[in-house]
Amino acid sequence: MPFLDLLKLSLQTFRTHKMRSFLTALGIIIGVMTVIAIISLIQGMNQEVERQISSLGSNTIFVQKFAWGMGQIDFDEIGRRPDLTLADAEAIARLGSIAKVAPQRSRSVNRITYRGNKATGVEVTGATPSIAATANIKTEAGRFINSNDSLRKRAVCVIGGQVVDDLFPDDNPIGKRIDIEGKRFTIIGVLERKGSFMGQSQDNNIIIPLATFTKYFPLPRSRRGRVFRGISIQVMPRKGVPLDRAIDEIRELMRRRHGLGYDKPDDFGINTQDTLREMYQNLTRVAVIVMIAVAGISLLVGGIGIMNIMLVAVAERTREIGLRKALGATSRTVLWQFLLESVLLSVVGGLIGVGLGIGIAAIAGALIHMDAAAPFWVVLLGFGFAAGVGIFFGIYPASRAAKLNPIEALRYE
Amino acid sequence: MREASSYPLIRTDQLTKCYRAGRAEVHALRGVTLTIERGEYVALMGPSGSGKSTLMHLIGCLDSPTSGTCEINGQDIARLNDVELARLRNREIGFVFQTFNLLPRLSALANVQLPMIYAGTRPRERTRRARELLTLVGLEDRMTHKSNELSGGEMQRVAVARALANQPALLLADEPTGNLDTRTGQEMMALFDHLAEQGNTIIVVTHDAGVAGHARRIIRLRDGMVEAE
Repeated sequence: MPFLDLLKLSLQTFRTHKMRSFLTALGIIIGVMTVIAIISLIQGMNQEVERQISSLGSNTIFVQKFAWGMGQIDFDEIGRRPDLTLADAEAIARLGSIAKVAPQRSRSVNRITYRGNKATGVEVTGATPSIAATANIKTEAGRFINSNDSLRKRAVCVIGGQVVDDLFPDDNPIGKRIDIEGKRFTIIGVLERKGSFMGQSQDNNIIIPLATFTKYFPLPRSRRGRVFRGISIQVMPRKGVPLDRAIDEIRELMRRRHGLGYDKPDDFGINTQDTLREMYQNLTRVAVIVMIAVAGISLLVGGIGIMNIMLVAVAERTREIGLRKALGATSRTVLWQFLLESVLLSVVGGLIGVGLGIGIAAIAGALIHMDAAAPFWVVLLGFGFAAGVGIFFGIYPASRAAKLNPIEALRYE
Repeated sequence: MREASSYPLIRTDQLTKCYRAGRAEVHALRGVTLTIERGEYVALMGPSGSGKSTLMHLIGCLDSPTSGTCEINGQDIARLNDVELARLRNREIGFVFQTFNLLPRLSALANVQLPMIYAGTRPRERTRRARELLTLVGLEDRMTHKSNELSGGEMQRVAVARALANQPALLLADEPTGNLDTRTGQEMMALFDHLAEQGNTIIVVTHDAGVAGHARRIIRLRDGMVEAE
């Protein structure tokens, strides 16, 4: 029997049982939709995070009081560690493998004003000019801070695009004086915009000379405060120096400076882009596993739904099957007819699920200001899974139909 | 099998069939030997339980015998596999059932095409043949009606048209008038008479003497054996 005729036969059933077919496919639709939506969102997030991580500079090393990582942070232990100092930064700068060193401090400030306008939640960083190289910072207008600003502890600042929007909606900010927690700063430049990350603007920041920062915002007394508000050092190795070697040299230097015995652990942290990437991957691995489990379960449930309805269909159409056999259908033809029905159900369900999943990912992505990306392999995967479920859960009802004895089937009431 | 025409259309030899109904063993056929030639118009008569349905199922290749042989065109059906049996049912036998057994949501035209679909006939040829057959049974103005929109007599005519679709060697009708009123039943038998005159081999299974009277040969079964001819 030609395939086209078989296909038509199976399609006839859907036309006559529209509602039932839709409800049966619903399990598959939801399963595939979930997979596609979640993978698209995770993929979009991956791309976004990767862009962010890359923007840190692939070979910038971050020397801090603690190592980045997951899990419980022991603030007591970290609080007892020695603070990083400008002298540490200078010592690192003297290492042969190091090109740039940028010590910095930062804090979040909620009161920045210019005339009637206000900016809140602004990250204020005290830095040296070399941070432009280590953190890949560019100015859009005016100039960046220079060594003279640091030396003279000038009250000057370079402001991010969000701050410009908040304080100078229709004014040129260069040369204007703004108020940062009661202190007056003159704007000397505007930073190039970096856009937003997960809906959060990355241009809500201000950079001032580190010496000025230390003068106006002394180190807090509490240990916890010192962990986050103390000096951290950004380091860029010389061109051609492997990252690992630079890290080893810095570690050795810092251990010596802190007088650590060989059996003592580090009392500082050396972090890189890779540390962050690893953290992120650890975080999303769980999400991916949970997603696969959820999708697997809903596909399973969808598959059982298909099997159930196909068994009902076989029972309901027992007479029809008997008749078809009497008219010349072979067992194989009957098997194919029912198998094709369940595969069509799940494949069409899969198609709808792919469409809905992409749609949902796009909407959710737009809501959290993130591009969702559904890679083609995911679409194929969702589709393939749906077809697989259709075959797997369709084979049993179909073989039951095929094995029916034509006489008993014809007598069936 | 092309020289098969030298064989009688149907030949059974000491055909028996028993099956289990719960704990009891039912001997539906106890050694039926008969021969039916091409072009015959036969009525298979007998009270219920006489084995006439079982015999019809065997002749229709829907069942296999317990012992003895049942040959269609010289082919022993016990030796055929599922595909060969399906092919035989499809090409050589046209069934007409008491309860019509049309697919309710399909048009008369689609119902008649069903056996031709399984035979692999091309769509254009299928439609042409189905129209021709529906015209033959007098339903030329009902072709696109769904079968559940037809009257009992019309449904049975569609069933006859369907049975003739692949030009079978044998038309096998099981109580074809059982669900029809007297007048429609008579019309149906007139149609069978007409088909017999055209040279079709017809076996009508019935317990109605009036129906059997149309046939040129009557085989009476009782208790699984041929009682009289």
